Amino acid sequence: MPARAKGAKRSKRASPTVRRVRTGASGRRVYMVTGGVTKFAKAHPAMDFRLMVKRAYDYALKGIPNLTPDRIDGTRISYFSDHFTRQLKAASMVQDYLGMNPKGSVRLEWGGATGGECFQAGYEAVASGRMDVCLTAGFETMSRVATWKGNEFIALASDTNYDFPLGGFYTGYYALMVVRHIYEYLRLTRFAHVKDEREAQRLAISEGGRIMSLVSVKNHRNALHNPYAQYPKKLTVQDVLRSEMISYPITREQICTMSDGAAVTVLCTESVAREFTDRPIRVTGVGCGTDTMRLADRPFGKVPLMPHESAKDYSHLPYPGVHSFRAGRAAGLEAYRMAGITDPNRELSFIELHDAYASSEIQTYEDLGLCKYGEGYGFVERGDPFLRGVDYGFPVPNAGTMPVNPSGGLIACGHPVGATGLMQAVFAFWQLQGTIPKHFGDRTLQLAAPKRGAIHSHAGTGSSVTVSILERGFR
Amino acid sequence: MKARPPTFEKFRDVQAELDKSGAAIFRDGEGVESLVIRFPYSIQYIHSYAEDTPFFLGLAEGQLRGSRCTKKGCGFVYATPRGHCMECGSPTAWIDLPHSGKIHSWTTCHFGSEAFLKETPYNLALVEFTGVGSLLLVRLKDAKESDLYVGMPVEARFDPNPKYSITDIWFVPAG
Repeated sequence: MPARAKGAKRSKRASPTVRRVRTGASGRRVYMVTGGVTKFAKAHPAMDFRLMVKRAYDYALKGIPNLTPDRIDGTRISYFSDHFTRQLKAASMVQDYLGMNPKGSVRLEWGGATGGECFQAGYEAVASGRMDVCLTAGFETMSRVATWKGNEFIALASDTNYDFPLGGFYTGYYALMVVRHIYEYLRLTRFAHVKDEREAQRLAISEGGRIMSLVSVKNHRNALHNPYAQYPKKLTVQDVLRSEMISYPITREQICTMSDGAAVTVLCTESVAREFTDRPIRVTGVGCGTDTMRLADRPFGKVPLMPHESAKDYSHLPYPGVHSFRAGRAAGLEAYRMAGITDPNRELSFIELHDAYASSEIQTYEDLGLCKYGEGYGFVERGDPFLRGVDYGFPVPNAGTMPVNPSGGLIACGHPVGATGLMQAVFAFWQLQGTIPKHFGDRTLQLAAPKRGAIHSHAGTGSSVTVSILERGFR
Repeated sequence: MKARPPTFEKFRDVQAELDKSGAAIFRDGEGVESLVIRFPYSIQYIHSYAEDTPFFLGLAEGQLRGSRCTKKGCGFVYATPRGHCMECGSPTAWIDLPHSGKIHSWTTCHFGSEAFLKETPYNLALVEFTGVGSLLLVRLKDAKESDLYVGMPVEARFDPNPKYSITDIWFVPAG
């Protein structure tokens, strides 16, 4: 090809489009070989954060004789809030307590998505060739302050000039989002025939509250079979609706709680993975998305489409507004593209989804393309995200179609922030290995031969979100 | 020698004891004892509003200021001001916003962070203004939970004794 003369104009004809597709092949293949979780609890006064991580770490290494500490090349350690620890560089103390010095380590913090980011940082350490074996460890000790002070610490993760001084309270922010979500997707559809505007909105909110309660019942009842869960409960829709109103229309049983807990995973290369286990799980996709810190700044633009959607589905939908999570959509798109997923609802066996609120679980179904925008409420009512074989106290026609939070999720397991995303990885890992009966002592939650699962970790009012895809790496 | 702090088997009782004497022992189901103490922490920050200063000075003078992107062809208008445009990165200029708008979304908080518990219940609303591309989060006063709806017209009120905080402005139902 002749060299272009200096200063010559570029051809106006577009060069053949090369669609840049990132795949796992651009780095080394990464496998998860083990994990461990402490039971999440309101408080663990007999364990500080170092001992909690140590317990989860010992559990992970137990039963894998070849995986001795000297095989670990380094660590990635996560916790959300220095306010809760009141101990800066707490990750260094974990590194120290585990006897990992002088190996490489770094602390990760990314709000509610801290655990998910930590998992992806471990993935990157191995994929890049920097480590063959990486330990990821996360924890949070939220019992060290009273619940409402804890809410204040969490609310400091909102803009302290414009948002926090108004009554800084995350449940309030999520209530603002779901009231608009209900307006867009229930008021303007199911209740379009109601003439009186206030009456129509009240009916829509009442309907939305009922459907959010179905999600709460699902997650709390799944957790009855998970011994690691903090709040397994045999709830009914009425129980959820009658629990205390926290921020209208979100009730107490629709919200996750403060927890103490820790979780770890071990990630490594393909050849090393085979030395440790005959049931490795491959990480085939990682994605991360972001959005404005302030809800008030969210744009009203176009939906970034999934392959199974078309622009005309959303011709009148201002997106994301405050009703949807653009960061979740971006994270899902990136992870799916990398894993080669074009229709997540058909190609995923299950999702461990960041249900800090029952409302955000429903919003996230849509962001992750499990259904189209606006179909989240119907998706729950049809029963798609429920499990077969669990008694929910009401008929669930489509149970087992797309199980979401088979473990019980954050609402029932708890949300020790820095550990949560790693807890999801561990539960997904056991699910894909088929070892739930062994680790839970109960086979109810074990799905039949799941091939591929997603874990979803979510921060702020949706200001950062990660999605990772895990696949069975054995026959 | 000081007496050993009292022992409790419920963590709630430990917390109550800390408020009284500052130390307690928690004994868990397996008989493991943990010494628990109070560990207070308070701090006064020196906080500059920096590039957001005109907004907060404006509130104290009864003015609501947003910002507009200065780039031709962009011109994005922000209700919550930003020094630089999030669409194109250009600097913004200060503008006056209308003092009335509509509720874009709302909630009534029956609980809140510790600092705001005594103010509950309170209403939060995201307010939209005609011709403005983003929203403003405010407290909504003089209205009960059952009065509020998406699309409700609202108007601004300013604190006659400003504290140089976003709480110097709030909205009430219009008319």
